[in-house]
Amino acid sequence: MQPALEALNVRKTYGEHVALNDVSLEIPDRSIYGLLGPNGAGKTSLIRIITQITGADAGEIRIRGERLSPKHIGQIGYLPEERGLYKKMKVGEQLLYLARLKGLSRTDATQRIKAWIQRFDLAPWVEKNVEDLSKGMQQKVQFIATVLHEPSIIILDEPFSGFDPINANLIKDEILALRDKGATIILATHRMESVEEMCDNIALINRSRKVLDGPVSTVKDTFRTQTYSVEGKGRLMVVHPDFEVLEHHERENDHFHDIIRLHAGTTPNDLLRYLIGNVEVHAFRELIPSINEIFIRRVRETMPETLVEEPVA
Amino acid sequence: MPSNFWLIAQREYLTRVKKRSFLVMTMLVPLVVAAFGFFIVKIATSDNETQDVVRVLDMSGQRLGARLISTKQMQFKPVQGTLETVKKDYLKSEDDGLLYLPAGLSLEAPRGVQLYAKGNVSIRKQQAVENALDKLFSEDKMLASGLSQEKLDALKTNIDVASINLDESGKEKNSNALATSGIAYALALLIYLFIFMYGVQIMRGVGEEKSSRIMEVMLSSVKPFDLMMGKIVGIAGVGLTQFLLWGILSVGATSAVTALFADKLAATAKTETAANPGGAERAAQVMGGAEVASADNAATPADPAAAVSERFSVFKALRGLPLGMIVVGFVIYFLGGYLLYGALFGAIGAAVDDQTDTQQFMFPITMPLILSYIIGVSVILRNPDGPVAFWMSMIPFTSPIAMVIRLPFGVPVWQLALSVALLIVGFIGTVWVAARIYRVGVLMYGKKITYRELSKWLFYKG
Repeated sequence: MQPALEALNVRKTYGEHVALNDVSLEIPDRSIYGLLGPNGAGKTSLIRIITQITGADAGEIRIRGERLSPKHIGQIGYLPEERGLYKKMKVGEQLLYLARLKGLSRTDATQRIKAWIQRFDLAPWVEKNVEDLSKGMQQKVQFIATVLHEPSIIILDEPFSGFDPINANLIKDEILALRDKGATIILATHRMESVEEMCDNIALINRSRKVLDGPVSTVKDTFRTQTYSVEGKGRLMVVHPDFEVLEHHERENDHFHDIIRLHAGTTPNDLLRYLIGNVEVHAFRELIPSINEIFIRRVRETMPETLVEEPVA
Repeated sequence: MPSNFWLIAQREYLTRVKKRSFLVMTMLVPLVVAAFGFFIVKIATSDNETQDVVRVLDMSGQRLGARLISTKQMQFKPVQGTLETVKKDYLKSEDDGLLYLPAGLSLEAPRGVQLYAKGNVSIRKQQAVENALDKLFSEDKMLASGLSQEKLDALKTNIDVASINLDESGKEKNSNALATSGIAYALALLIYLFIFMYGVQIMRGVGEEKSSRIMEVMLSSVKPFDLMMGKIVGIAGVGLTQFLLWGILSVGATSAVTALFADKLAATAKTETAANPGGAERAAQVMGGAEVASADNAATPADPAAAVSERFSVFKALRGLPLGMIVVGFVIYFLGGYLLYGALFGAIGAAVDDQTDTQQFMFPITMPLILSYIIGVSVILRNPDGPVAFWMSMIPFTSPIAMVIRLPFGVPVWQLALSVALLIVGFIGTVWVAARIYRVGVLMYGKKITYRELSKWLFYKG
C-alpha cells in the first residue's frame, strides 16, 4: 500500500543551526506513527514542514505519492504542543472560524461542530468565551478544531498534556477511532507508555537526524538482548560457558529469581533445557526492552561525547 | 486560498466592531464633538447673555446719557434723581454699574465722568463705557465742526478683505487662506490619528495572537501573508466604520445643538434690537427721521438660521478649492499611509514577545510620522510649495501627511503622480519587509530581538 506520507532527505536550517539533517521517513497509511526524540531534536521542525508552516531547504515531502502543496492543507490536521485559541472568541464561533479556514462550508462545519460538541459534553459552553473554560475544556476544543475538517493525516504533538486521566483516556479512544476510520496519525510525545500502547510504527529523531525507525515490534526485536528472567526452586550454577547470570536474587525456601543473558549461539531452548535438568522452573520470560529504554539507549549512543560533558564544563 | 484572506479580515472586523469598547468610543467621541459645538455656540451667543446693565445719571443737560449707544456687551439705562438717591437705588438693584455724567460736562472739557460699580470695575466694562462716550463725543465734535450727518455716515467704513488666488493660467479664484489651511490641517490630523490609532491596534492584535499561541494553528491553515494582510484590512474596516459613524453622529449631534440654539439665537437677535433703544433714539433724534437702520443693527443678521449656517458651514470655505484632487488624493494617501505603516506595526507585533518590548521598535516607525505631522503643520502649511514641502511629499513615509497638507493649496499633477508612485513603491517595499519579519517572528519565542536579528530574518528561506 502507498504510504500516507513520505519524507525524502529533508533538510532544514535556521541560519547556522541545522534543525533537520537528511531525514527520511515513511508513514504507512491508516496507522499511528510515533515521532519520538528529545527536546530540540527537530521534531517540531519536521512537523512545521509537513504542515507547510515552513518549507524544507532540501528534500521533499510526499502525501500519497504527491509532492506536498497548498492543496494538502485541508487534508492535514495539526494539534501543536503549544496550544492556543482566540481567548475572547466564543467556542462555537472559534470552531467555525478554524474549520472554515480549512475550507469547510459554513453548513458542513456547523453540523460537525454540533456532533463533536455533543460528544465531548461541551454543549453548555458553546456560547462562552474560550478564556472562561477550564484548561482541560480548552484542550478538548482544540482537539475538535484539529479533527473537525476530517483530515486524512492528523499530527498530534503531546495530545495528552493538560488532560486528567479520564479525559486523556477519552482522547486516546478518539485517536484510535480516527485511525480505525482511516486516518493516519502522527503522534509526537514523550509519554512512552502511550507509544507502546498505541503506535504501530515509530521513528526516533536525535540531534536533527533520524536515528531509528520501523514498526514497534521490529524495533523492539532489534533491541532484544537475549536476556531472560527466570524464577524457580533449586540451585543454579553461576558460571556457565553458554550464559551469564546478570542478577541473582535468593528467596526463602530455596527459591530464586535470576536475570540471565545468553551468549551468542545459545538459544532460549538451550537455557530451558539446562534449567529443567537442574532446577524446578516456575517462570521463564524474555526481557524485551521497553520503548523508553530503547529511546534512552539510542539517544545516549548518538550523543557525542562533547555534548555529554558540556554541563560539567 | 484567497477566501481565507476575507475570512480573516471578516473576523478581525467583526470581533472588534462587536466589542463594547467600540460602541462606547463610537458614542463618546460625537458627544465630545457635540459638547465642543455646544461650547462654541455658547460662546457665540454668550455676549448677549452677559450684557452688562449700566445706569446712567445724566446731569450734563445735553441729553448725552440718552444718546449713549447700547451694544451687545452693555446696555445703558437712563435714570433720574440726585446722585445720592440714584446710588442707593443702584446698590439695591441687580444692575452692573452706574455712570455719572456731571453737570457742566462739555465737549471741550469732558471731565468728571464717574463709573460706580459693586466691587472693582473690570477693564472690559470701563473700556466699553469709554468707547461709547468717545464715539458720542467725536461724532458731536465732527458735527460741530460743520460736517453734515450724510458725510458722517459716509465716513463709516465696513471693511471686508477678500483675497483672490491668481493661478498660473491667470484665472482668478476666491481663496480663503484660513479655510484652506484649516482643511489641510484637518486632513493631516485625520490621517495622523487614523494611522496611529489603528496601527497600534494591528500591533496589539498580532501580539495577542502571538502570546495566545494560536499562530501555529493558524499558520497550518493560512499563509502568514494572508494572516497579516487580513488583519490590516480588517482593522482598516473597523477604523473606517468608526470614522464614518463619528462623522455622521457628530454632524447629527452638532446640528441638533445648533438647532437647539437657533431659537436662542433668534431670541438674542430680538433682544438685541430691543435692548438698543438708545441707538434707535439717537438715530431718530439726530436724523429726526425714520432711518432706524443703524450700523449696529445691520450687522446683526436678522435670520438666526442664516447666522448659524454662516458660522458653522464649510460650504463657503470649500468654494474655489481643488475639491476633486483633495478627495481623490486624500483617499489615496489615507489608505496608502495606513497600509504602509500598518504593515510595519504588524511586523513589530510579530517580532517581539512582550508588549513592553515594542518601544525600541516603535520609535523609528513613529518618528517619521510625528515629524511629518509637526513639520507639516508648521513649515508646509506656511509654505506649501517650498522645498521642504516638496521633498516631504515625495518620501513615502512622510508623504501621506505632507501631501494632504499641500492638496488644498493645489499641487502640480506631475508631483502628485510621482508622489503616489513612490508611495505605492514604498508600500510594496514595507509590506515585503514586514511580511518577512512577520513570518519568522510569529513563531519565534524567548529570543532577544535586535535589529541585526531582524535583518537576518529578511533572508530566511520560506
